[in-house]
Amino acid sequence: MKIKECCTVISQKCIAKGIYSMWISAEVIAGEAKAGQFISLFSADGSRLLPRPISLCEIDPEQGRLRIVYRVAGAGTEEFSHLKSGDRIDVLGPLGNGFPLEEVKGKKVMLMGGGIGVPPMLETAKELEGEKLIVCGYRDELFLTEEFSEAGELYLATEDGSAGVKGNVMDAVREYALDADAIFACGPAPMLRAIKAYGLEKDIPCWISMEEKMACGVGACLACVCQSTEVDGHSHVHNKRICKDGPVFRSTEIEL
Amino acid sequence: MKTSVNLAGVELKNPVMTASGTFGSGEEYSEFVDLKELGAVVTKGVANVPWPGNPTPRIAEVYGGMLNAIGLQNPGIDVFCKRDIPFLKQFDTKIIVNVCGKTTEDYCEVVERLSDEPVDLLEINISCPNVKEGGIAFGQDPKAVEAITKEVKKYAKQPVIMKLSPNVTDITEMARAAESGGADVLSLINTLTGMKINIERQTFAIANKTGGMSGPAVKPIAVRMVYQVAQAVKVPLIGMGGITCAEDALEFILAGATAVSIGTANFFNPYATVETVRGIEDYMRRHQVEDICELIGAVR
Repeated sequence: MKIKECCTVISQKCIAKGIYSMWISAEVIAGEAKAGQFISLFSADGSRLLPRPISLCEIDPEQGRLRIVYRVAGAGTEEFSHLKSGDRIDVLGPLGNGFPLEEVKGKKVMLMGGGIGVPPMLETAKELEGEKLIVCGYRDELFLTEEFSEAGELYLATEDGSAGVKGNVMDAVREYALDADAIFACGPAPMLRAIKAYGLEKDIPCWISMEEKMACGVGACLACVCQSTEVDGHSHVHNKRICKDGPVFRSTEIEL
Repeated sequence: MKTSVNLAGVELKNPVMTASGTFGSGEEYSEFVDLKELGAVVTKGVANVPWPGNPTPRIAEVYGGMLNAIGLQNPGIDVFCKRDIPFLKQFDTKIIVNVCGKTTEDYCEVVERLSDEPVDLLEINISCPNVKEGGIAFGQDPKAVEAITKEVKKYAKQPVIMKLSPNVTDITEMARAAESGGADVLSLINTLTGMKINIERQTFAIANKTGGMSGPAVKPIAVRMVYQVAQAVKVPLIGMGGITCAEDALEFILAGATAVSIGTANFFNPYATVETVRGIEDYMRRHQVEDICELIGAVR
């Protein structure tokens, strides 16, 4: 059940240059949300109408809290970054499908996050039982690495070589000769494309989380579609809705 | 207190409906609102065959509004009749199907297919700015407006709403043309053609280059056009363009609209439609209005 909830900010912290971590109190949404889902956050400024979709980094249903870790990318996220404890913000969620944790039960799973695609892998890592490898890729500055180390075996890649392997997450996979039975990934399109190719080459099933400019967030407006290999169930063309059919897809479902 | 309004013989329990393309066929928003509380649900445009729509990005935010160029992605009339109409029939609300096409024949084919379906009204989209063929090509020339209205009327069993484009020099000319073609109702306005440029990437913000602008920022233009058209024709009007709440809806009604549609507001407030219904009732109580029809076109 999706709901628009008026939430209270619990805390906010800048955890790397332009990257913010915010905990919000969202009783209803936190009780329903799953790893890999996202929420839409609304600006308090009436000139900025559309909600900003942001993935869930941590879900705490017991205390009714959600954590998002996001990058300031424009005026909307800039506004969010100034919110302080006690401030209110409208949130719509939980949205999207999430990662299929049941499907990989008993398998060795590699979790891969690149850039601002790193945060949703944290809740996924925490919820995923069994053997898991975590591979995080950054441009330069690291974030969330402490939390990831607690959740599983962590491997790093940085574009500037300041930590882990110099390069991207696929370079780390090769360098450390990592192997898995399934892959969950979130990151920029070139990274997802490389992971899809790797999965096909090694015959490893991959689930990837996609992004696109969104309006409604609930599957009505058809703004955030991605090209699908099969005919989609909604419009009977080749366009799956990232907000509703995704954001997580089998890599083979999507043309990348 | 009477909130019901009449559109070409169809009685709506209240004047609030959805704007085509912003509400799917109601399924996605039925999690947020009880569809039976709405006067009508206006569906996303449907064509004779599935349409894939435009490349992404399809939308961009602009100050007080948004641009969209979805390109009328839709599953085609067969799936629509099998899936979407039965879904909507579960609710005690009126069903208005928005019809799109590339040629006059396409429109007529869909209209004919719908003649035996439990649909209350048809809205003919001759004003979509985001498709190359059809859509706007019919909506910017009064002769074409009149001709397609006449053709569609030949095949239609339900009353016909012609949806007008604001991207014209004189919208009353198009309104009169649709009326002489036999339109039973007019709806206005569709989106205003706009453009946004991403200066960092030095490219267009949406793949289609141009998009239709909607949202609160267009409301004054829409109210003005509804007022002008109300003075020019006798058929009832459905007003839309930037409505977010009852106060906005009432401006349109006072300017001459019999009913109103809520579009872009659904994206930032999924409860906007039902809140508007309640807000209009509150207003009527506050102003001791017995019958909402007293308000239609009351400001001259």
